[in-house]
Amino acid sequence: MSLAATVGLALGELDLDAAVEAGEGETLAILGPNGAGKTTLLRSLAGLLALDQGRIELDGEVLDDGTRVFVPPERRSVGVVFQDYLLFPHLSTLENVAFGLRSRGVNRRTARRRAAAALEPVGLAAFAGRRPRELSGGQAQRVALARALATEPRLLLLDEPLAALDQSARGVVRRELRAHLATFPGVRLLVTHDPLDAAALADRLLVLEAGHVVQTGTFAEVSARPRSGYVAELVGVNLFTGIGHGDRVELPSGGAIVVPGAGTGEVMAVIHPRAVALHRTRPEGSPRNVARGVVESIEPLGDRTRVRIDAPVPLIAEITPDARHELDLRPGTELWTAVKATDVTVYPR
Amino acid sequence: MSRRGRRVPWIAVLVALVGFAFIAIPLVGLVQQVPWGDLWTNLKDPEATSALRLSVVCSLWATALSVVFGVPLAYVLARVTFPGRAIVRALVLLPLVVPPVVGGVGLFYAFGRNGILGQYLYDWFDVQLTFSTAGVVMAETFVAMPFLVITVEAALRSMDRRYEDAAATLGAGRLTVARRVTLPLIAPGLLAGAALAWARALGEFGATITFAGNIQGRTRTVPLAVYLLLESKPDVAVGLSVVLLAVCVAVLALLRDRWLGVG
Repeated sequence: MSLAATVGLALGELDLDAAVEAGEGETLAILGPNGAGKTTLLRSLAGLLALDQGRIELDGEVLDDGTRVFVPPERRSVGVVFQDYLLFPHLSTLENVAFGLRSRGVNRRTARRRAAAALEPVGLAAFAGRRPRELSGGQAQRVALARALATEPRLLLLDEPLAALDQSARGVVRRELRAHLATFPGVRLLVTHDPLDAAALADRLLVLEAGHVVQTGTFAEVSARPRSGYVAELVGVNLFTGIGHGDRVELPSGGAIVVPGAGTGEVMAVIHPRAVALHRTRPEGSPRNVARGVVESIEPLGDRTRVRIDAPVPLIAEITPDARHELDLRPGTELWTAVKATDVTVYPR
Repeated sequence: MSRRGRRVPWIAVLVALVGFAFIAIPLVGLVQQVPWGDLWTNLKDPEATSALRLSVVCSLWATALSVVFGVPLAYVLARVTFPGRAIVRALVLLPLVVPPVVGGVGLFYAFGRNGILGQYLYDWFDVQLTFSTAGVVMAETFVAMPFLVITVEAALRSMDRRYEDAAATLGAGRLTVARRVTLPLIAPGLLAGAALAWARALGEFGATITFAGNIQGRTRTVPLAVYLLLESKPDVAVGLSVVLLAVCVAVLALLRDRWLGVG
């Protein structure tokens, strides 16, 4: 199973021209600023917008070729989780999940039985009779997911699935979503403007800017070598996955990061490259994370310079070109890195 | 009223009071005239009961027809872009402002025995709508349907259409979307429109008397009976009037959140 699409669409200010490919069992995150065309791309894949030019192919079936072929949304095997979920307010949770099956001609009793079964894995069997307004944000998201998956689509589209939640609920819901996505066998496409969601949920990123693809690759690839200032700002961060132990995050590589309130269990730690200071001699002072390393590479990016440092905890630092000359940095230079513990942000994974 | 808030010029308050009194005093005049003790007896007058029965039947038929034809009409006006849509909408809403008598004259020359359609109805099917109960229903539908169309169209325009998108991605065809998503979501607007249309149909006078005439038991609805009986049986006329007034108050109460902006 796979998705191959070239999407050409002009809509108001937006001129979308993007190629998207994703394979079976893969989660592709589409990342970009507001107005980049993420949602438009998603709507064209769902069949809610027709292409001006291009081609959408799902498992070899042409859904839209910009001219003669256009398969309407109701006949595409595509499930969508919308941004604010759009659960039908006049239907119960169970009826919402049964809606797709009923629309596809399944009789009422079978549809209800299958809908009840679909609510089981997302842990909402007890909420079958509730109306959407009686659900929390996280519960509504799980119902929306169960509803989209009930018809067993080949492509699952998620539009900002965590944006409607408040910050305190996001970590937990993100973790649950990751577990649920793993059980869906088809192609998964996730639209988000939050790099953390992309890092936690997606196998690969596609960065969209002003309607065009600026970069694709794994999170590690993209964050290591951002190809534009926007990408650097967004994902060009030092992101680590590890286990929280009180005031430190222990990394699988053997290193550790000191950070207040690291929590317990699997966590993500983020250090912005701007927060990484470089020294030729061992610095003395408040930073808790001081380590020895070797300059691996130096890349100018606009008005700043990105320095990659190889160490037990590898880091990317962003410094000014002046600082680089003053420190006389070149590949192979030995130096010290310093990061204040309070400059490390920790998220539950 | 806060003393420290911005104050309204006293002249405006005075004129507002006059305006309010102008609306309120006739209602007081009507209510103080009602012989409350004999109200039930007056309403049991044969002329009153036949008018009441006819009004209820005709206004409910008119409401049903307004819903059956008005909802698709509102749907097309709200969702389909076509040349001349503004003109079609203006025509549909015209009965809101046209004098009902003029509407009755129009109905007469369209569906009357010699009307552009009425002559064929009569020649081919032996159907005569003038001076019939069906004619009353038509006259009431003519004046009532615009209320339903305007309310339902507003509801369709203000609803979140992304629910329809969600339904489509779940495999619902257009008719299923309309039936299972759009209609339930605009139900409050539809209910309000139907209530307004019903109240309008119930009070209809001009088009009815012009097109359907004034025949007791067949076309003499409550408003026609009130007009006729004010001379001969004023107590019955007043009794019927107060019934109509009560119905209107009830409809306003039903619509208070939507139209009067109070919760």
